Amino acid sequence: MSAPETPPPPAPRVSIEDLTKYYGQTLVLDEVYLDVHEHEVVCLIGASGSGKSTLLRCINQLVPYDYGTIRLDGVPVDDPSFGKTGLRKRIGIVFQAYNLFPHMNVLQNVTLAPRKVHGVGRAEAEDNARRLLGLLEMANFADKYPEQLSGGQQQRVAIVRALATDPDVLLLDEVTAALDPELIGGVLDVIRDLKDQGMTMAIVTHEMGFAKDVADRVCFLEDGRIIEEGLPEQLLVDPQEPQTRRFLQRIIDAGRL
Amino acid sequence: MSAERAAPVDRARRAGPRPPVKATLTPRERYLPASISIVSTVVVFGVLWRVVTSAENWPLIERQFFNVEAMRASFPEVLRGFALNMRIWVVALVLIAIFGVIIAIFRSLTGPWAAPLRVFAIVYIDLLRGMPSILLVLLFGLGIPALNLPGVTSSNTFWGSVALVLGYSAYTSEVYRSGIEAVPDGQRAAAKALGLTQWQTLRYSILPQAVRNVIPALLNLAVALQKDVALLSVIGVREAVRNAQIFTARTFNFSSYMVATVLFLLATIPMARFTDWVTKRDQERRLQRTL
Repeated sequence: MSAPETPPPPAPRVSIEDLTKYYGQTLVLDEVYLDVHEHEVVCLIGASGSGKSTLLRCINQLVPYDYGTIRLDGVPVDDPSFGKTGLRKRIGIVFQAYNLFPHMNVLQNVTLAPRKVHGVGRAEAEDNARRLLGLLEMANFADKYPEQLSGGQQQRVAIVRALATDPDVLLLDEVTAALDPELIGGVLDVIRDLKDQGMTMAIVTHEMGFAKDVADRVCFLEDGRIIEEGLPEQLLVDPQEPQTRRFLQRIIDAGRL
Repeated sequence: MSAERAAPVDRARRAGPRPPVKATLTPRERYLPASISIVSTVVVFGVLWRVVTSAENWPLIERQFFNVEAMRASFPEVLRGFALNMRIWVVALVLIAIFGVIIAIFRSLTGPWAAPLRVFAIVYIDLLRGMPSILLVLLFGLGIPALNLPGVTSSNTFWGSVALVLGYSAYTSEVYRSGIEAVPDGQRAAAKALGLTQWQTLRYSILPQAVRNVIPALLNLAVALQKDVALLSVIGVREAVRNAQIFTARTFNFSSYMVATVLFLLATIPMARFTDWVTKRDQERRLQRTL
């Protein structure tokens, strides 16, 4: 394991220490340590069931964990000072299955949290939503309902919905895994743009080419542990650990790298 | 025709696949099946009608149940009673829809502080759903007025309707709950992740979808309630069945019951057809979503 080339800023935005989680008797996260720094993009890779999605969901407390500490800017995420929903205001998440609200149109989906959670006025929330939709080339779809959109369009709306609360950190959970192949590129471009704008992100992905391209750091997980961590060009090209090599070999054999 | 289909197609000029050729039906092919259906149906029912009406006791049955004179005589009272049925039905529907949601929300709340509400909902549903409706109607409709409580109405119509509302709310809340549970987990996760509180998640994400899920089931309950309002006849509420009964008691003729029957059918059959239509539309909507 080698450190990133540029020395990281002293305090990480998200710091995970000794995170351990069981589903019943099954160990899904095994003493995970991970830091995500300001403006950094960390990609989590690994086979299905390796714990990467669970790790992501632990960060914004969507699933409980058994041991360990997760801090946002030094404050534990279960600290009462966050209140019931304070943490979610600062960490956005985008899901594999989009999870848009089917009974609301695009604009309502995007403005729900700003209006009801953050107390932003309707006009202001809608202006901001339209601006963000415009940035992702979705401006013309503001009045459409999710079922009228393609998967790629729905996922872009889901990204806009997560961005509308102006989060400090964005978590992306296999956001292209449910998409038709021809729609993946457009969504990945959106994420690249977010990186260029300095968004701090933790990304679970099966797209190795994309990880190589966008990640500042890549972590390989197996059986709930981070086996190897490093710069993408190093970890994805010349992995040190045998497990990482085996995983990447399978990806290469499948023609996916 | 087959020669034409087999002819080589100029793929560059072809705009798309050739539409299938519709066979022209001969009049015989077109009208014969329908004619057979109509004629056979008419014959079967005609024979049935003949058999029934030629029975030895038919004149007696006709006199007792289908006496036009008696029907005409009882009609105004039965109709007036039926108007009360419909009024009770509409008011009860609104109250049940609201009360059922409240019970369902109580039942689906999580967290230790919501425990009393949860327990209340469970006990309420178990008790009210487990009791025969008629028992509820008797208890409330006769029991409470008999207490002569000061400042409380002793109208048996009021208390009988309360019994129906309470009983049906228990069923309705279970229907709502099944709708709540049918909303995918991802919806809850998404709402939670956006920072919505438990109540906001229910209000903005879960309930609107849950209600949409269960509209056909709710309509079925509405049809059942339309008929169950007649249970109030046992506590003396002068609704359609009670008024028909009064007529029968006076004249020993059951034709007034047939008047009530027709009135109920006029209300319930369109309602049931409407429910079928909504259910079908709902299924098509779901099918489309999965495609």
